[in-house]
Amino acid sequence: MGENVIEFTDQNFESEVLHADKPVVVDFWAEWCGPCKVIAPVIDELSEEYLDKVKFGKVNVDFNQQTAMKYGIRSIPSLLFFNNGSVVNQIIGSVPKDNIEKILKETL
Amino acid sequence: MNETMKRKVIIIGSGPAGLTAAIYAARGNLNPIVFEGNQPGGQLTITTEVENYPGFPKGITGPELMDLFREQAQRFGAETVFKNVTKVDFSKRPYKVWVGDEEYSSDAIIIATGATARLLGLESEKELFGYGISACATCDGFFYKDKKVLVVGGGDSAMEEALFLTKFASEVRVVHRRDEFRASQIMRERVLNHPKIKVHWNTVVEEFLGSKESGLTGAILKDTKTGTTREESCDGTFIAIGHTPNTSIFEDIIELDDNKYIVTNPGSTQTNLPGVFASGDVQDHKYRQAVTAAGSGCSAALDAEHYLETL
Repeated sequence: MGENVIEFTDQNFESEVLHADKPVVVDFWAEWCGPCKVIAPVIDELSEEYLDKVKFGKVNVDFNQQTAMKYGIRSIPSLLFFNNGSVVNQIIGSVPKDNIEKILKETL
Repeated sequence: MNETMKRKVIIIGSGPAGLTAAIYAARGNLNPIVFEGNQPGGQLTITTEVENYPGFPKGITGPELMDLFREQAQRFGAETVFKNVTKVDFSKRPYKVWVGDEEYSSDAIIIATGATARLLGLESEKELFGYGISACATCDGFFYKDKKVLVVGGGDSAMEEALFLTKFASEVRVVHRRDEFRASQIMRERVLNHPKIKVHWNTVVEEFLGSKESGLTGAILKDTKTGTTREESCDGTFIAIGHTPNTSIFEDIIELDDNKYIVTNPGSTQTNLPGVFASGDVQDHKYRQAVTAAGSGCSAALDAEHYLETL
């Protein structure tokens, strides 16, 4: 995990994501998910490029099922884009960086 | 306007075919660039254990195997890029390939874009894809612990999906349009004898029910013999009705067969255009194995190398 990518959990999700002072990108993933491994380095890169503007983090669905359920995650990787505590965009499945960046810009 | 980047060989696709082509082309000093597409590593990255790839007597997971392929290609100088080719122009040489706004050109192109799971084509399926509808049990089965799921299909991949889902789901219902499975006998028997699985024969999905907010809640099933429809509740549905080749950007550009697979000359990877080669599942609806794809990727690189020497 990149150093700017935070580990979100059922416990810290509210404070870290819902009450964040900037937009947040949440990557729902698991160890056994192949496509999740593909998207991970892209998230690391974006987290550096958007260091001051956007917060990036991951939710491991194996250990944080409450949060995964709350947001109706039924397929991973799922990227949820949060602004002021609510979901404003969503990407399901692994997609190239350009596509993620496009949605990210819409979110900002 | 952007500058065109010229390469000796462009490889489109990064499954066993594309990456094997990259290994051979790189070792042949052709300095290949590989556009990996949406799913770097290809279809194997959404499988679990690969037990039939030679050289791995204890098995290996699909993602690990594909990481090794990529590493091997990179070792000899192949450049792999996690980007999607959006458009091609093969009307004259050098052929052109666009990745968004970036323009590349090359005298030799190797197409190895593979195939994707086919879907039923319903509006409601599109709406709920990722919200209860899936084409990958190994990716999404986890979310159906103690839930009820449907599997649509009757081939080996439908049997595999159904059996895999029994690890999580409380009930698995296979929906199949015929009165028998075309799957291999061993898989068929495993499904028919499984206590968690029941089969709805001669049945098709008419519509999916639910919304993005609620997720999938059920499906309207139609009995093809009597024509009667009924509602079946479920939390998830996995579609496994075969594959469709990833050739939409090549339509009307190179020759495709009736099922949209790329046509290659018998015993070669040559398409109808000189210098354009196709390998792997995008031109093979018969074997569709990692090892056959890798083999044809090797052929494509050798064919491309030979072709470039004649220019």
